[in-house]
Amino acid sequence: MTTAVETLRGAGRDTPLTIGGRAFQSRLMVGTGKYGDNETMVRAIETSGADIVTVAVRRVDLDRTKEASVLHHLDPKRFFLLANTAGCYSADEAVRYARLGREAGFNDFVKLEVIGDKETLLPDVVGLLEAAKTLVRDGFTVLAYTNEDLITALRLEDAGCAAVMPLASPIGSGLGLLNPFSVRTIKRRLGVPVVVDAGVGTASDACITMEQGVDGILMNTAIAAAQDPVAMAQAMRLAVEAGRLAFLAGRMPRREIAVPSSPVKGMLD
Amino acid sequence: MNASIDVVVNGEPRAVTPGQTLLELLGTLGLDPRTVVVEHNRRIVRRPALGDVTVAAGDAIELVHFVGGG
Repeated sequence: MTTAVETLRGAGRDTPLTIGGRAFQSRLMVGTGKYGDNETMVRAIETSGADIVTVAVRRVDLDRTKEASVLHHLDPKRFFLLANTAGCYSADEAVRYARLGREAGFNDFVKLEVIGDKETLLPDVVGLLEAAKTLVRDGFTVLAYTNEDLITALRLEDAGCAAVMPLASPIGSGLGLLNPFSVRTIKRRLGVPVVVDAGVGTASDACITMEQGVDGILMNTAIAAAQDPVAMAQAMRLAVEAGRLAFLAGRMPRREIAVPSSPVKGMLD
Repeated sequence: MNASIDVVVNGEPRAVTPGQTLLELLGTLGLDPRTVVVEHNRRIVRRPALGDVTVAAGDAIELVHFVGGG
């Protein structure tokens, strides 16, 4: 099936998403957490069409060592595994997890998270910048999860991050894109790819987010916690494509008054 | 001198044989070295070196892998 975005790409209107010198076909990235079972996870991820799939680094459960890691279910040749530093509350901790992830993984990409608050899971931008600088120096390709704050985004770009990932709304909240203006501003001002990460709840959220012109979206809970994750993965794939297409097509201007669509001339007396 | 020594593996105290290497420790835990990353006293030990590093009393060892996450 030729997708709409593939059609546009054929016409030279869109280019693949390129991060850290690597090109990816899909603008949708998905997480692997919170699924009820591995089979559903794999089917949902396959259906989403995502190339980039995030994973977390955690202790092996020594009482259940036969429990396979998530790698057992996802072919690293087929999916680009992006290790995250989720759950880290300091720069040092995030750097430690990033190094373990690089060792466990197959690339030097890291989705850097430094969390500042347990209730909101909002980023600690001071720790984030510190960790980003260390990891860039260490040779990592850093994708930094951050607030929808322009100044932090600019500083992350200056620090050498390969992509900046502002949130749509808090992680796992499903509240959708709360601040389209800020996300648009970040996209307009940054040279590196801007991938919205966290907060998307349903397909319309994904579509509206892509309509802002951002380069991609990363989501996990919206798919994993849907009643039918595989169907939602398909919806998200279409929504991301629709939003991208609408952005590239260029929307009509907003008007505060009505403008008739049918001719005003030729009406009967 | 065959008394066991105490180390900490993934946060839990564990008695191991003195002179045991990290590779041997993985074996006693039933872990395939290809599926875990080993951190020994905060330093990552790469797979080829696991058989060269012996554990000492009080060592902190972390054994991690990829799990589902967002």
